[in-house]
Amino acid sequence: MINYIVFGLIGIGIFFSLIRLIKGPSSFDRVLSLDVMNIIISGTIVFIAYIFNNELYLDIAIVYAILAFLETVVFARYLEGRS
Amino acid sequence: MIIITYILMVIGAFFYAIGGLGIYRMPDLFNRAQAGTKATTLGTLSLLLGIGVANPAWLPKIFIIIIFIAVTNPVGSSALARAGYVTGVAKYEGTVIDEMQGYFVEECEIDE
Repeated sequence: MINYIVFGLIGIGIFFSLIRLIKGPSSFDRVLSLDVMNIIISGTIVFIAYIFNNELYLDIAIVYAILAFLETVVFARYLEGRS
Repeated sequence: MIIITYILMVIGAFFYAIGGLGIYRMPDLFNRAQAGTKATTLGTLSLLLGIGVANPAWLPKIFIIIIFIAVTNPVGSSALARAGYVTGVAKYEGTVIDEMQGYFVEECEIDE
């Protein structure tokens, strides 16, 4: 029961940021909504580790968080330098 | 003990939903950056702390993830908002004060 509530709320967040990813006016809005989606997915991987009772997913969550941060910073520097 | 886990997990997922709603409804790039980043940082902290209460053997890795996200998520959002400001993204019409008015004039002229 609690899994359905948590997954429903996570799905609402993913859905609204996906709408902003599709219809964002500038490319900064798209990168920002992708950043928010990355953070939400990184929390969802830890929640899947809790459901399956498997500790291996925590390492995947760490690597995913590192790659998400790197992606945001690289896209910000690239869009700033193009100008 | 399991009640604390459920409450913390529902609070974290609720802040995820609020962050998604804020990034959809806000009128501006900077408002969107603030709403999305703050809400999802607090949601991640609460959700992961709830799972760590349920499984105390996982607490070191969960603290690593919490500290990493709490440090790097505002840094990434700040870099993105600064890039948007330098490039000249359109601001919201009802903006009252702009404290970074004359800071990036030289960089914009060099880029042009």
